[in-house]
Amino acid sequence: MKMIIRGGRVLDPVSKRDEIADLYIQNGLVALPFEADSSTQIIDAAGRLVAPGFIDMHVHLREPGFEAKETIATGTAAAVRGGFTGVACMPNTNPVADNAAIIEFIKNKALEAGRCGVYPVGAITRGSQGKEMAELAGMRESGAVAFSDDGQPVKDAWMMRLAMQYCKMLGAVIISHCEEKSLVAGGVMHEGYYSTILGLKGIPAAAEEIMVSRDIILAAETGCPVHIAHISTAGSVALVREAKKRGISVTAEVTPHHFSLTDGAVADYSTNAKVNPPLRGEADLQAVLAGLADGTIDVIATDHAPHTYDEKNVEFDLAPFGMVGLETAVGLVWSELVHKGILTPLQAVAKLSFNPASILGLNRGMLTEGAAADITIIDPDLEETVDPAKFAGKGRNTPFTGRKLKGMPVMTIVAGEIKYQRSQKSGVRSRESEVRSQNEGTV
Amino acid sequence: MFKCKNLLGLQDLSAEEITFLLDTAIPMKDIISRPIKKVPTLRGKTVVNLFYENSTRTRSSFELAAKYLSADSVNISSSSSSVAKGESLYDTARTIQSLGADVIILRHPMAGSPRLLARTVDAAVINAGDGAHEHPSQALLDLFTVRERLGRLAGLKVVIVGDVLHSRVARSDIWGFTRMGAEVVVCGPPTLIPPGIDRMGVRVFHRLEEALPGADVIIMLRIQKERQQQGLFPSLREYAVLYGLNRRRLALARSGALVLHPGPMNRGVEISADIADGTSSVIEEQVTNGVAVRMALLYLLAGGGDRHENDY
Repeated sequence: MKMIIRGGRVLDPVSKRDEIADLYIQNGLVALPFEADSSTQIIDAAGRLVAPGFIDMHVHLREPGFEAKETIATGTAAAVRGGFTGVACMPNTNPVADNAAIIEFIKNKALEAGRCGVYPVGAITRGSQGKEMAELAGMRESGAVAFSDDGQPVKDAWMMRLAMQYCKMLGAVIISHCEEKSLVAGGVMHEGYYSTILGLKGIPAAAEEIMVSRDIILAAETGCPVHIAHISTAGSVALVREAKKRGISVTAEVTPHHFSLTDGAVADYSTNAKVNPPLRGEADLQAVLAGLADGTIDVIATDHAPHTYDEKNVEFDLAPFGMVGLETAVGLVWSELVHKGILTPLQAVAKLSFNPASILGLNRGMLTEGAAADITIIDPDLEETVDPAKFAGKGRNTPFTGRKLKGMPVMTIVAGEIKYQRSQKSGVRSRESEVRSQNEGTV
Repeated sequence: MFKCKNLLGLQDLSAEEITFLLDTAIPMKDIISRPIKKVPTLRGKTVVNLFYENSTRTRSSFELAAKYLSADSVNISSSSSSVAKGESLYDTARTIQSLGADVIILRHPMAGSPRLLARTVDAAVINAGDGAHEHPSQALLDLFTVRERLGRLAGLKVVIVGDVLHSRVARSDIWGFTRMGAEVVVCGPPTLIPPGIDRMGVRVFHRLEEALPGADVIIMLRIQKERQQQGLFPSLREYAVLYGLNRRRLALARSGALVLHPGPMNRGVEISADIADGTSSVIEEQVTNGVAVRMALLYLLAGGGDRHENDY
């Protein structure tokens, strides 16, 4: 199986390569140049960006346990439609992914689905209850790429310290969901002017920042790498920036919704804008953008959190937190960051591919010869209006409905196989379709 | 002119719309002062009181307002309905819609619920208090009472005292009075003043003595005892010492200042008995005016407003 991606702007963050070039693929790997023959698939990428496959290191695939919201099959379909060749899935399933058997189950389901890489994150504590450590080494052996109790903070500092000491031995990163629950106290949105006029209980920025501080201190003490999930406040960005200066092993991610929306999006009680951490104020959004630009924030990850329509069609206080993100992320990165000059295309690509891969210890996110041919092709000029009815994932809970995005993923290649191709009004390309591997058969 | 389908809050109403609502309440007040307090205006219209929270005052006020206008009214409360069986607000709303309601009056402990209801049904929705969000009919009756007594709203100084953090009455009053050109000041302990409230166009004080000078209107909010248990202030005794309205403090306000309270009162805590029963107090008038204002709302939202428009 041979493929040549012709004439695209090849962006490889590791080698800092940014040039118009052809990219050669053979046997699922990036290859040295070869002569095309009749069996070679030629892809015209003129005017497109050719990047290492994007990895979303923070998604909720909901399986096992919450299949009405999403399954591994539908979640990975959403991923490839969104330009992602790999996703790291959080363990807050039912049962919680806190043992090797569930890690294996997830990997098997992902193989069955056959769409993109699925990298399971194991729970730090049994049942994510924060009481006793889960069998981290066993999960690591089965393929857990990181550990997190995401959805819940590890409330007890002693427990977190033990987990970091243990993870240091395993060489695995801890992904921390930073939330001091006593300050959250039933809050449902960012505490500020909008929570005041809406009469909704606020979540103060300090609730996040106190936990970010604690985990930075513990990371410094234990030497365990810590990754701050979904950073959302100006104070948290400052804390991470300072910690990096001091050489502490800390990294951070931000979601597309936290760099493109503020708490004003909640003003009509839209439950699709209810998310944790909450959409913050304007100053926080500006701080997040500055953190992206100066490298404080390493990764863009979606925190893709699908819910059913009925679950969200309730009183704001009763609606679950979370929004889907896989199918709008790349468009938001290009619309809000690249076209506005906050990130160069190469920087954006790094935060979507090499950086998450390197934090998770995956041998991905590069286009050097011999690398896995996971490739995302983007049309930076393609405009599309967000229409949840077209989503491949089950969740429709997005606050971006009707938003015009510029810069969309047009082709997703996993291990040398085209898994998704977007239709384009102007082009003569095939209809938007999901392309499945031939050996998968029909489902 | 009033063309809104629903009344979910005062935040989005213009001064003209508020004035029109208050003007419409004047003839309504006249009706309830007659020996035969009934007109056929809303005959054949159905009003549903959907109450997810206990309320004597607001519910009976709306119920009587409907009856005085000859509408048929039904009360549904959360303890005696399918709500208690776990039915969602969405499904309850669809059911009430199918029963043929023209107006649904909703009281709900969660902010924003009336908007969910309004999105779900064709009937007009009146917010009768949603969490800490808004209580527009209460603010309208406050505006009506003050305008009737003092002859104007613009240029008045209005001081709102107490638990502003949890008060939907305070939010609706702030929108209403500022929209009508009054100056609004809020006063309470920092733990009961929500963040960013100055952006609503009010000044914030923590000392009553600093807030009251020059006040034309003092609105005392009810302090709920469980707030103390939540640790928001040390004791009811200390609260009363710092924020209770008494004769000495009332003297700081402009002479002839009005004292309002949405009820029910905690005598001896936020308000002393002699003030509650004194000449400055308009607390009982508020109750009467509440019926008039709610009649005006029902009249305008239940289709009476169309005829009204044609009359002009």
